[in-house]
Amino acid sequence: MRRISLAFFLGLISTVIFAQDDLMNILDKNSTNEINYTTATFKSTRVLNGHSIERMVKGQLDVRISHRFGTLNTGGYNFFGLDQSNIHLGLEYGILNWLMVGVGRSEYEKTFDGFAKFSILRQSSGAKNMPVSVSAVTSIALRTLKFPDQTRTNYFTSRLAYVAQILVARKISQGLSVQLTPSYLHRNLVATELDPNDIFALGAGARLKLTKRISFNGEYYYIANPKTYLSQQIYNPLSLGFDIETGGHVFQLFFTNSLGMTEKQFIGATTGQWKKGDIHFGFNISRVFTLKSHRKPSNS
Amino acid sequence: MKRLFLLMFFLNILFAVNAQKYITKNGYIGFYSHTSMEDIKGDNNQVVGALDISTGELVFQALIKSFHFDRALMEEHFNENYMESDKIPKSVFKGKITNLSAVDFSKSGTYDITVEGDLTIHDVTNKISTKGTIEVVSGGINANSKFKIVPEDYKVTIPGVVRDKVDKTVEVTVTMKYTPMTTK
Repeated sequence: MRRISLAFFLGLISTVIFAQDDLMNILDKNSTNEINYTTATFKSTRVLNGHSIERMVKGQLDVRISHRFGTLNTGGYNFFGLDQSNIHLGLEYGILNWLMVGVGRSEYEKTFDGFAKFSILRQSSGAKNMPVSVSAVTSIALRTLKFPDQTRTNYFTSRLAYVAQILVARKISQGLSVQLTPSYLHRNLVATELDPNDIFALGAGARLKLTKRISFNGEYYYIANPKTYLSQQIYNPLSLGFDIETGGHVFQLFFTNSLGMTEKQFIGATTGQWKKGDIHFGFNISRVFTLKSHRKPSNS
Repeated sequence: MKRLFLLMFFLNILFAVNAQKYITKNGYIGFYSHTSMEDIKGDNNQVVGALDISTGELVFQALIKSFHFDRALMEEHFNENYMESDKIPKSVFKGKITNLSAVDFSKSGTYDITVEGDLTIHDVTNKISTKGTIEVVSGGINANSKFKIVPEDYKVTIPGVVRDKVDKTVEVTVTMKYTPMTTK
C-alpha cells in the first residue's frame, strides 16, 4: 500500500514538474536548427566594375545601364570628363538559383559580351556552417570594331577574348564584406607580338555599409604580368565609390581609372593612372524585375 | 491512508488533465500590405506554436528569415533593411485566450475567442488584443486570427521616399494547426 501511494506521489511530482514546463521552453525544444544563409554580401552583382558573388536567383531579370565619363584631368573645357561618355548595356537573368547568365554591349571597341556565373557555395551558419561564398564566372568578349589592317587575313576568332574568375567572398560582419577574385584573361589576338595573350590578375573588393541603404565600395585588381608593352602601358585598375539602394534600383556611383566596364577591358586595357588624374567618374544602374517567382507557391 | 491515496489519485488526474498542451511546428503567419507601387506579401510556414488548453495560454515564435516573398529582392530588403534579421532573428507572441470558458475543447466546432498578449517584433514589445477562432477538430485544434499592426510601433522604419506609398498598417494572418503534445 505504501509502495503504491509512493508511486502515485512520484507520479504526481513528475506531472507537476511537467505542468510547470513553460510553453516557451516547449517552443525552444521544438524549434529546428535551420540553415541560416548569409544574404546581401554585396548589394549588386558587381562590386563596382567586376563581378561580386551575388546572383540573380531564378526568374529575376537585371537590366543594367553603365556609364564611364572622360577623365577628370581633361579639365573644365571638357566639364571634367562629363562631355564624353562610354556606355555599357546589359541584360542578365537567373535561369536557376545557382546559375545566372548575361549579355551586354560596350561602346568601347564595339564589344559584345556574354557571361555565365555559377554559385557554388553560399556562406551560412546554423545547421550548416560555411565560412565563405564561392562563385565562378566565365565570360567571352567579341570585339566588332573593324580590323585596323584590312589588307591582311583577319579571322573571326581574332575578335574573341575569354575570362575565367573564381570569386571567394565573406560577409565578415553586418557592415563589412570582402572578396578575392583570382582572374585569368586570354586574348586571341593582341596588338603586337610582344603583348601577352594571357593575363593573370588577383582582384580584391570590399563593401563597407555606411547606412542601411548606402555603402562604400572599393575594388582593386593586381595584374601579375609585366604591364609595359610595346603598344601601351597598362595599370592596375582601382575603383572607389558608393552603392545607393532605393527599392528596386541599385545605383553605384564611383571613380575609377578604367574606361572599360567588362573584365576583358578593365583587366587588360586600363591605361589610366590615378596619380595623374586619369580618373573617370562612372555609374551603374541596376533595375531588377521579377519575371517568375523564385519559390514554390505557398499553401495560403 | 486510503484517503491520502485517493487524494493523490485525484490530484494526479487533475494535473494530468491540466497538462493538456498542443503544439505545431509548421504554423502559418503571413502578412500583407497594399501599396500603390506593389503589394507586399510575405509567408512563413515554419512557425512553432504551443497552446495550453487548461489555462488558455498560447505562444508562438517565427524566424524572420523563414518569411518568403515572391520577389527575391523584397525578401532581401525585408531582412536587411526593415527587420534586421541577423541582429534580431525572431518574433515572438505570448498571450492568453481571455474567454476560455466559451470554448468547449471536448466538442468539435468553431468558437470565437479573444486573445490578449505581448507581441515582440524587431525587439519591440507591444500589447495587442485581437479576435480569432478556435476550431476543435478530431485529432487537433486549429486557431485562426487576422489583425492589423503598425510597423512604426515596432520601430520598423519605412524610408521617406516610399512612406507615402506604403499602407501604414500591415494585415497579419495567423493559422495554427495544433496537435496534442506527446510526452516522452
